[in-house]
Amino acid sequence: MAEVGNQTQAARKPSKVPNNYPIIRVRDVWVSFGSHAVLKGLDLDVKQGEILGFVGASGGGKSVLMRTIIGLVKKQKGTIEVFGHDVDRLSEEELHAIERRWGVLFQHGALFSSLTVRQNIQFPLREYLNLSQRLMDEIAIAKLEMVGLPAFVAEKYPSQLSGGMVKRAALARSLVLDPEIVFLDEPTSGLDPISAGEFDDLIKALQQTLGLTVFMVTHDLDSLHNACDRIAALADGKVIATGPIGDMLKSDHPWLRAYFHGKRASSRLDGKKA
Amino acid sequence: MAAQAVSLNRKEEAGKLVLEAAGRWISSFAGQIERLVVDLETKRAKSAAVSIDASHIEQLDTAGAWLLERMRRDFEGKGAKAEIVGLDPRYKVLLEEVKQTNTGKDAEEQRDHNAVEDTLGYVCEMVVGFVKDSAEFVQFLGAAVVTMGRVLVRPWTFRFTSVVNQMDRAGFRSIPIIVLILFLIGGILAQQGIFHFRKFGAETFVVDMVGILVLREVGVLITSIMLAGRSGSAYTAELGSMKMREEVDALRVMGRDPMEILILPRMIALIIALPLLTFIGSMAALFGGMVTAWLYGGFTPEIFAERLRDAISWSTFWVGMIKAPFMGAVIALVACVEGLRVQGSAESLGEHTTASVVKSIFLVIVLDGFFAIFFASIDW
Repeated sequence: MAEVGNQTQAARKPSKVPNNYPIIRVRDVWVSFGSHAVLKGLDLDVKQGEILGFVGASGGGKSVLMRTIIGLVKKQKGTIEVFGHDVDRLSEEELHAIERRWGVLFQHGALFSSLTVRQNIQFPLREYLNLSQRLMDEIAIAKLEMVGLPAFVAEKYPSQLSGGMVKRAALARSLVLDPEIVFLDEPTSGLDPISAGEFDDLIKALQQTLGLTVFMVTHDLDSLHNACDRIAALADGKVIATGPIGDMLKSDHPWLRAYFHGKRASSRLDGKKA
Repeated sequence: MAAQAVSLNRKEEAGKLVLEAAGRWISSFAGQIERLVVDLETKRAKSAAVSIDASHIEQLDTAGAWLLERMRRDFEGKGAKAEIVGLDPRYKVLLEEVKQTNTGKDAEEQRDHNAVEDTLGYVCEMVVGFVKDSAEFVQFLGAAVVTMGRVLVRPWTFRFTSVVNQMDRAGFRSIPIIVLILFLIGGILAQQGIFHFRKFGAETFVVDMVGILVLREVGVLITSIMLAGRSGSAYTAELGSMKMREEVDALRVMGRDPMEILILPRMIALIIALPLLTFIGSMAALFGGMVTAWLYGGFTPEIFAERLRDAISWSTFWVGMIKAPFMGAVIALVACVEGLRVQGSAESLGEHTTASVVKSIFLVIVLDGFFAIFFASIDW
């Protein structure tokens, strides 16, 4: 027990990441499936405490990058550092310690369908910590209410929830260990604009409350405007630009122009002006 | 070192209880913190005012914040005035957020369980489930027959390709395993027969036994059971996952009847494939019996064939074959009903696949029993 305590303590110590050093640092990452290269020497920094929106064409490799960072997809080349550790050089135990410090919200929630929402949220607690059932119940309900779901949802099964509720419940699960980074894969896709807007606010609020760093893959222009501190754009396997939304709007890059000044984007801007 | 990571000390100050929380109140230590909090509650003195001094907390997360808040609420619940003071400002938002939670509103009422009540409830559910099951099977069979009738009236709506595809997957590809298993079973039957008939010098009757048993019962039963396990379960899983991903609904809204597109071809495929497989399987079993009889009993294949011709009649053969399409229909019916009953979860898919195999094997054997009674009474 003491050993586990020490180990997690060491892993959690924020001082290991020097000030201003990116919390995620991706350098020259290549990923290909068969002969089809998806990421071609991609570089990306994510700063501590920011909400980074990651945009790119459908099928362009946004989710692939996210899955590569969290270790679900193997890269052919390059380095990925998370919390200042090169993930390739970590032992399995160190890697597990790091995995505890991030939470992942999958595109379709990936809640375990045979468990209730409460059991889903408690799953990481049960696996990693030795807590009383009462405390686990209370933490689960607390998380559930923090993501804006009423407590009675806890006893429901995922198949009984709406799409938005599944996303919120899945977010509660990804946040239950109070991670330092959360990865969100299209968190607002499939939600109505009101729910999507609430979700953006929620992520911003949680980021402020819990001091999170958020890596958000998204297509939602409103999310990019309202929630993200910085945006990274992916095209042709590389990050072509990073910066706040203002810089993106000013950029001359043809793809960025098409993305941010396309029909859907400009109607949104016009609406805002009007 | 881990022991000092968190602490909670109490002291009295001018009639006021002061609790000093210190260290890293984070989920990694939540177990320890909770023990500290519970210890403190059991031996606490009566105080009208309690102040929880959080100024020495170095690190706080939701679990820690909740434990602070829980402590505060417990004191308030006992009628004391409690407050949390001195918390680092950067954690203020978190604490405020946590204060909004676990207020008990909207929580689902947990019912107390009573063993007798639960058992009775379970039994009743089973009975109701059985009745519902039967009703659903009959209804489904009716719907399938109606669809079949509609297809007969309008033959161009018949999905020939789909039937052939299903026959290939459920029928043709199960030939090797069915041939192998029935070959072995024929051999085992013959071997047992030879050993036991030899005791009273009736070895030659082993051919009668193998021939009649295989053609009337074993061939069709084993083939049906194999197919229920192999293809029935596949049907359930296929239809179930289609149902889960709303593909069945998609068909329906495009104005196509899932019964006609998904279920009818599967049923027809099994109704055609099962007699064919039964025939092939029975032949394999007879061959197995013949080989064993040759090796153990010294019957040459010629003698075996001769003896077999005397022992069996056309009716023996037909008794087995007539049953086969009905078995196919039952297997397909159960598999499809169970498949369409799958709800959203992966667990439900597994549950219904199991149910499909168990129920179809059960029904196949029950049906075989009824056929046995029927053929006995018409003297076949």
